[in-house]
Amino acid sequence: MSEIIAAILIGIGVLFNLFGCIGLVRFPDVYTRLQAATKCVTLGTCLTLGGAAVYGFAGGFGALGMKSLLCIGFLVITAPTAAHALARGAYKYGVKLKEPTVVDLYQQVEPQPTSIEDEETETA
Amino acid sequence: MRRIAIFIVAYLLWCGLAWPYDQNHIAADGTGTAWDTGSLLLGLGVALLVAILFGGALTNKPKNLFNPLHIFWVIVYLPVFFYYCIKANLQVVYLVLHPDMPIKPGIVKVKTKLTSESGVTALANSITLTPGTLTVDVINDNELYVHWLVVESAEEDKATEIIVNRFEYFLEKIFD
Repeated sequence: MSEIIAAILIGIGVLFNLFGCIGLVRFPDVYTRLQAATKCVTLGTCLTLGGAAVYGFAGGFGALGMKSLLCIGFLVITAPTAAHALARGAYKYGVKLKEPTVVDLYQQVEPQPTSIEDEETETA
Repeated sequence: MRRIAIFIVAYLLWCGLAWPYDQNHIAADGTGTAWDTGSLLLGLGVALLVAILFGGALTNKPKNLFNPLHIFWVIVYLPVFFYYCIKANLQVVYLVLHPDMPIKPGIVKVKTKLTSESGVTALANSITLTPGTLTVDVINDNELYVHWLVVESAEEDKATEIIVNRFEYFLEKIFD
């Protein structure tokens, strides 16, 4: 029984990871891509680890389940922090917000450097 | 006090990672113990070292760590956070798979009433993991610049109401 639950959790997790990767390809600029990467991939990996935890706890109160749970905790703390650092770094480096961006209030306090040409950010 | 708090947390973390309990260590005739005492003792040493070396840098309000009321609010907060996290994921999946990709991204400014550093950090991380929002920068300790996948309002008050308020109530109880 617990094996089936673990398999379902891992399956859903992998699906979320897949959607996150599709978003990574389809979204227009760095910031929107980071959104896809942090949200879908974090939940996807957490669900996969949760499946591993269910599988681990099924055979007694063992190390596998406990470590999986701890990994979920670490992931939930570190993933958004890394995304925040990447977004801020990209902005300060001068990576533009692409169409169809509607508003940028951050510009008022942190004027973006303009030296980076658009050709460079095209490939970014 | 601060170092004692760090010591306890570090030791619990060590026990979680090393997990010194294994029923397979008990021999078939019932002799032996399931507890790995060597690992437990080594953990004590490592936790002590961590507490001495880094104890001063890690937390400002050690009493909050073991206050039952704060722990209660953490337990209440987790399901709320999890609910918004799932919602965020379904929204992003919808946007990713929609053929026209109906996104309207932008960076908006929101304000928070939280005063403690860990509180603002937790808020920024919560915002990043929930519906279509990603914290770009924190300025003056209470102004957050948030990248929003579908901007509903560029006004400061309205955006604050939508993005921040759903977490602020709980985080205020936990960290302040």
